[in-house]
Amino acid sequence: MPEAMPHRAAIWNFLFGRLSLDSLPFLQPDLEGRIVLVTLIVVLIGGLAILGFVTKKRLWGYLWHEWFTSVDHKKLGIMYMILATVMLLRGFSDAIMMRAQQAVAFGPHMGYLPPEHYDQIFSAHGSIMIFFVGMAYITGLMNFAMPLQIGSRDVAFPFLNNLSFWFTFWGSILFMVSLFIGDFSTAGWLAYPPISELQQGPGVDYYIWGLQLAGVGTLLTGVNFVATIVKMRAPGMSLMKMPVFSWTTLCTSGLIIATFPVLTATLFLLSLDRYLGTHFFTSGFGGNIMMYINLIWVWGHPEVYILILPLFGVYSEIVPTFSGKPLFGYSSMVYATVAIMIMSYLVWLHHFFTMGSGADVNSFFSLTTMMISIPTGVKIFNWLFTMYRGRVRFTVPMLWTMGFLFTFTIGGMTGVMLSVAPADFLLHNSLFLIAHFHNVIIGGTVFGVFAAVNYWFPKAFGFKLDEFWGKVSFWCWQIGFWVAFGPLYILGLMGVTRRLSHFDNPALQPYFVVAAFGAFLIAIGILAFVIQIGISIKRREAYAVGNDPWNGRTLEWATSSPPPDYNFAFIPNVHERDAWTDMKKHGYQRPMEGFNTIHMPKNTAAGAIIGVLSFACCFGLVWYIWWLAVVSFVGVIAVAIAHTFNYHRDYHIPADEVRKIEHTNSWQPDTAEVRA
Amino acid sequence: MNTTAIDTAGTAPSRFICHEEPPVHNGTLLGFWIYLMSDCFIFASLFACNAVLGTNYAGGPSAAQVLDLPGLAVNTALLLISSVTFGFAMLEMARRNQRAMLGWLAVSGLLAAAFVGLEIHEFAGMIAEGAGPDRSAFLSSFFTLVGTHGLHVSVGILWLIVLMVQTGKFGLTEANIRRLRCLSMFWHFLDLVWVGVFSYVYLAGVLR
Repeated sequence: MPEAMPHRAAIWNFLFGRLSLDSLPFLQPDLEGRIVLVTLIVVLIGGLAILGFVTKKRLWGYLWHEWFTSVDHKKLGIMYMILATVMLLRGFSDAIMMRAQQAVAFGPHMGYLPPEHYDQIFSAHGSIMIFFVGMAYITGLMNFAMPLQIGSRDVAFPFLNNLSFWFTFWGSILFMVSLFIGDFSTAGWLAYPPISELQQGPGVDYYIWGLQLAGVGTLLTGVNFVATIVKMRAPGMSLMKMPVFSWTTLCTSGLIIATFPVLTATLFLLSLDRYLGTHFFTSGFGGNIMMYINLIWVWGHPEVYILILPLFGVYSEIVPTFSGKPLFGYSSMVYATVAIMIMSYLVWLHHFFTMGSGADVNSFFSLTTMMISIPTGVKIFNWLFTMYRGRVRFTVPMLWTMGFLFTFTIGGMTGVMLSVAPADFLLHNSLFLIAHFHNVIIGGTVFGVFAAVNYWFPKAFGFKLDEFWGKVSFWCWQIGFWVAFGPLYILGLMGVTRRLSHFDNPALQPYFVVAAFGAFLIAIGILAFVIQIGISIKRREAYAVGNDPWNGRTLEWATSSPPPDYNFAFIPNVHERDAWTDMKKHGYQRPMEGFNTIHMPKNTAAGAIIGVLSFACCFGLVWYIWWLAVVSFVGVIAVAIAHTFNYHRDYHIPADEVRKIEHTNSWQPDTAEVRA
Repeated sequence: MNTTAIDTAGTAPSRFICHEEPPVHNGTLLGFWIYLMSDCFIFASLFACNAVLGTNYAGGPSAAQVLDLPGLAVNTALLLISSVTFGFAMLEMARRNQRAMLGWLAVSGLLAAAFVGLEIHEFAGMIAEGAGPDRSAFLSSFFTLVGTHGLHVSVGILWLIVLMVQTGKFGLTEANIRRLRCLSMFWHFLDLVWVGVFSYVYLAGVLR
């Protein structure tokens, strides 16, 4: 239901909607206002420093031409990774604020965060970590590695890929803006009604439009990747010869295509309730709140598999590489992935066993949830058997993988505990649940992302990441995770519920203090990661490596590091699984003559422009600035149509040019001694 | 594997690379079809809402009281005929008969515009009678499902106009033919969705 406008002249209401000086939290004299003010100052200083640096070094043109308008899947992948890392810092700041609050807010001490602010923080933490950290990381990895692995020059729709990135980017900016203009939703990361219906401020609207932008971007990415894998694999690469990471990309994209529209529709209905007064999820006039909860989890459960499947793929690349053996049980790995993809649709109700579905329905979903752990178990054993009797090299990617095997398996087992419906009646909404899903998301997705970053970084940039700081980061995360979430498991079993900003019982405090210390360890882990990147960039000359530093097995290691725009001077011809191992085994030498002209997509500014306009449109919708919403929406349509009038979207790299690039790039594999 | 011979690609052809650029497979039609399937899930969600909320009249009018079946018959006929005429346009495209194709496209667009016009008229009438989308959950789901379909048809009309201009200007190029094929899929897809809407929301709606 639209909120009343501020009292002022009509022209101001027309120009600024419901936005007024009172909407700016950093102008408020209370503690929350000061926290936001300090944050704003830090962000401004940091932002101005970056802008100043870019301007001083005259990098704007470079950034615009080489990155922002780029349709190159590798560059887009890297931009996704940077976005995700920045958002990780934001999401983690929220986490550490929550841990600090819960460590001190006992008895007479109310802590430093008022409940209203605390609620915003956990809502922002959850949604940011899922949509702009987890999703951005996996999209970045899939973007970077999949087209290289299948031996193609780019994705099927390069412009759409750029557009997807900008939608995700501007969605994240909408979330960041909510920090300083207005406030964020307090309705949790899934915005259950009735809170999300009744909360009047702009918070829920920020949530809705931020996610709508990111969601459309993700959907387009899913469509793009399926078309790419179906149509653009190198000759000879049948589906069952495809690297497992590409398989998991295919299944993840399938899940995206079949679930993100449901999220779009659900948020659309919620926004209709909020903007036009319809009655989908209201308590009166025939609305049905359970409809929302079912729909959001029909998207939400497959979503958690979207977040983990690509990392299962990453582990399936890393384990064989560093064990010096082909993956054990390739086919069972593929079938397990497909089984998980299908079964992930049949378990959504386990998120609300307690909401009165009855014993029969609960039993069905309880059983399906237990069953989905079977294919996951198959995968765990496949990785273990791959390592068995292999020559395991304990590099940083491998360390993260071992940490994953240990941590994720325990998280999976607590998940099976939660799948028992009667047990769930006790554990539902408790800190046990919080510990469980952090156990699988950190232990599975985050560890996998760090493994993948350490693994593919030399391919993306031509130099390795620092080992020492990589190990510091790993151990801090690994130990910090258990110190932070072990106490939460215990507290959950004691019956402590989630989302509380204050506790009466002082006996609980030691657990929360320990958990806060764990979060502090993780903070050091994140810091070590940032240092690792910084130091490696500084010492990039010393850390430079050849094209195949790990003695890799798949096609991305067959080209130079970093790969040229066109990826492969000659499209590979695939005969076996682990195509690059097969090529090395037969003494393949990279050809230096006989190059062809290569056909490539041109860069375009349309995606960046449509992204900005969509952001303006959504900002207008959040604040009821209708003229802005209408004008920018018309702008989006106009730019999209204008873009279709451009028929010259590709260019050719002449054979001479290819020859020059191929002769400049160092290409000799530097792992001849480990070829076995 | 008995061969351990060095694969000297610089001098002799290698079996590990394609010496000629392999033919490019255009994925646009497949990609667009996948997008349509994802759109199916949006409609599926809205149909599910209608299934759950379709009898929640909240003391307001029921489906039998507000839905105009004779109007529906006209509307449905318009949309289905526009699909047939779009099919004619595609046949003319296959014959590279650009003028006739543009004619049939215009007919399809006009029929779809009449469909959208009638739908807006129906909506306006219902809202004037006090049966707007904010009256009950049933009406919310009705307006949203039918309106989302109508919005899709409107987008289709806009797209049709753009493609007619582009074909008129640049002719039946490969790119334009591909785009017209995509629009054709979109057009028939919306017809299929409408078959679901009129049989489930309207016909079954007035019976329950």
